[in-house]
Amino acid sequence: MERKTKVHAEDGKQEIFITREFDLPIELLFTAYVQPEIVEQWMGTKVLKLESQKQGSYRFETTDPKGNKHGFSGVIHDLVPNQKITRTFEMENTPYGVQLEIYEFEALTDSTSKLTMHVIYESIHNRNEILKLPFAQGIDMAHNRIQDILSNLK
Amino acid sequence: MKIRRDVFQAIADPTRRAILLLVATQSLTAGAIAANFNTARPTVSKHLQILTECELLQQEQNGREIYYHINGKKMKEVAEFIEPFRNMWDDRFNKLESIMKNYQPKNQ
Repeated sequence: MERKTKVHAEDGKQEIFITREFDLPIELLFTAYVQPEIVEQWMGTKVLKLESQKQGSYRFETTDPKGNKHGFSGVIHDLVPNQKITRTFEMENTPYGVQLEIYEFEALTDSTSKLTMHVIYESIHNRNEILKLPFAQGIDMAHNRIQDILSNLK
Repeated sequence: MKIRRDVFQAIADPTRRAILLLVATQSLTAGAIAANFNTARPTVSKHLQILTECELLQQEQNGREIYYHINGKKMKEVAEFIEPFRNMWDDRFNKLESIMKNYQPKNQ
């Protein structure tokens, strides 16, 4: 499949850029970010609060397979419909610190649009640790799969 | 003292990155590597030890000399560490796209 999502993480910097083009009009793309019930669906998280407005705040919660709850929250610094969202994001009770997220929404044609996510972390170290998370989880999942296979052999 | 050898910590250091670049093209002895830096020889040895422990470098005995060369497999692993992160976002965005294609606005 075509690589639609691009991640640009320059060495030695405490920021990343994520870009993606969508087969969606810009209004629909923006709606996916401001409607709580839609955010829940594509982010795979429970939305406890989402005040989609300037100086609003939000809080998400996910439950992992072991039943542990993880909170994610932040404040919305600014929100310009169909153009821009500036917000903070934090994984609660983790050492990763807070990050500043700048979302730019751009119409390409009447039916396509582009999102640019600019994320700035507290430090280069924090950035690299967060980038590694899915990598580490992947290794964990591989281990779990191996364990499942082994236990089925018993 | 036991120090955790993390590949990502290893490559975060500019001297160690310079060492990796040096040996990328040819195997070198510790002395030949150290000659490229103004830092003290024991400091370079320490860097080599760290790079070897996290398997970015491999040692090869050649007569009385030990040559260091790069472990391509490990380097590839490091280069690809960002791929799971990209995949995670790609999955989310694919989901967003398919949900919104079927979206029926409430107020119309």
